[in-house]
Amino acid sequence: MVDLKVKVHNLEFKNPITLASGTCGFAREMADFFDPAIVGGFFLKGSTLKNRDGNEYPRMAETPSGMLNAVGLQNKGIDYFIENIYPEIKDYDTQLIINVNGSTVEDYIALTEKVNELDKIRGIELNISCPNVKEGGMAFGVSCPGAEMVTREVRKVYDKTLIVKLSPNVTDISEIARAVEGQGADAVSLVNTFLGMAIDAETRKPKLSTITGGLSGPAIKPIALRMVWQVANAVKIPVVGMGGIMNAADAIEFMLAGASVVQIGTAVFKDPTLPVQIINELEDYMLRHKVQSVNDLIGELQI
Amino acid sequence: MRKFKRMAKKFVADFVVVDNKPLNATNFLIKARSNSVLPTILPGQFVNVEINDAKEIFLRRPFSVFEVDYNQNTISMIVKILGRGSKKLTEIEAGCNISLVYPLGKSFTYPAATDKVLLIGGGSGVAPMLFLAKESGLDKTQVDILLGARTKEDHIDVESYSKYANLHYATEDGSLGEKGFVTQHSVFVNDLNKYDKIYACGPDGMMRAIAKVAKAADVFCEVSLENLMACGFGVCLCCIEPTNKGNLCVCTDGPVFNINELKW
Repeated sequence: MVDLKVKVHNLEFKNPITLASGTCGFAREMADFFDPAIVGGFFLKGSTLKNRDGNEYPRMAETPSGMLNAVGLQNKGIDYFIENIYPEIKDYDTQLIINVNGSTVEDYIALTEKVNELDKIRGIELNISCPNVKEGGMAFGVSCPGAEMVTREVRKVYDKTLIVKLSPNVTDISEIARAVEGQGADAVSLVNTFLGMAIDAETRKPKLSTITGGLSGPAIKPIALRMVWQVANAVKIPVVGMGGIMNAADAIEFMLAGASVVQIGTAVFKDPTLPVQIINELEDYMLRHKVQSVNDLIGELQI
Repeated sequence: MRKFKRMAKKFVADFVVVDNKPLNATNFLIKARSNSVLPTILPGQFVNVEINDAKEIFLRRPFSVFEVDYNQNTISMIVKILGRGSKKLTEIEAGCNISLVYPLGKSFTYPAATDKVLLIGGGSGVAPMLFLAKESGLDKTQVDILLGARTKEDHIDVESYSKYANLHYATEDGSLGEKGFVTQHSVFVNDLNKYDKIYACGPDGMMRAIAKVAKAADVFCEVSLENLMACGFGVCLCCIEPTNKGNLCVCTDGPVFNINELKW
């Protein structure tokens, strides 16, 4: 038997395969396909203080080996989540981490205080990297002072595991990672989507209502992998890695680059059962390579 | 190996293509067989199909279910060539594997036993209409199907459905049935109020035109939408349609909507 357990700060994951925020709903949508207890955890859909309708249709465009989205954090607000969704999912035997977003620092604080009261949500993923909202979101995540300020203020009111989700749309992502580490982040997760664009040559119009959107899928994997490696070398806190993972080999590459836990995102759109297959393949890999604990893969890139 | 709990309500599985035949120049009928017992699949529900070996096709493509044969374990769909993904799919050969995510979405509201219904299909939108006609359990005298296309050649042969419904045709050039759009056809123009329920699936413009008249006449009307989607099971939030209840997902809250819910 191989040991798949891994810790991020004081959050224990039964295995390092989790589902990325924005691609797994509130976990119950995935429960239509597989037992949620199989996977390491779910990073729940980005939530805000109040209801958000999100952006206008069309919100997606397929691109080579990936897709652009411009959803714009559509959600019914944290109170709706607490009253209607949390009771349904709280007993899933897996880690549930909610992705939180604000337009202002006050929003982030108010939201975090509410989430802090939920027993079964043992961590938050502080989203300072959504490229599809006009206010807040990525604006905080692309400068060290912005990232520091939000992290510092949220840290004051949140005493469980604080994971800060970083934007790749910056000159030096390790600088931002170090900045949030300095303000008390327990871990960082990366990468959010890359700002991109698609045009229909026939109609001469943008394919997204917002003109630009976030690129995800295997198209971004090599860049995401490089960023995870750079950040893992720059900080002492754990790194949660994601960006175009499509199979166990991809997941292992992120772990070798320094990720303790990985998130499967856009690939779930193609195959919602993929996270389960990846866990099985990860076990096979560990047996084949005589790796006893999954911890022995983290940051074990041989240079 | 981790086994998927059999409590699953939706599935991802490889099917084997048992038939792929052209219905006309742009529509193909693809029938695929599952190795496991099929769950109940209702008219209006859809499958999301992976496109094999296609350059630059990353996502699946959704198709309405046309027929389900629980004895043979097969699902059939009508695939209209719209772009590179659907084109590639129509080239698949019998014997090949094809991955389906199914069953997805909500079905049409079934008619009551005494209802008189009008089913309107445009293009490949005929698929769920024919499925509904067959599954409705109504007598042929209660069901009218109105099919619209540009020309006779653009219609697919559905004569075998004459045992379930009275068939009516509209073509823009008058080469089959009445000349004009479905909304100009005599059964739609003259007889709308005799129907208890109207169902429509087809191009957006067609459904909007139908909805406008049905709304004015205060007749129950459901339409099936096909907004662009990435996942098909309610997590990507890309296929949203503005409704009275806010933005809803076409893939999980639809694809079937009552026109009174829509902001048309």
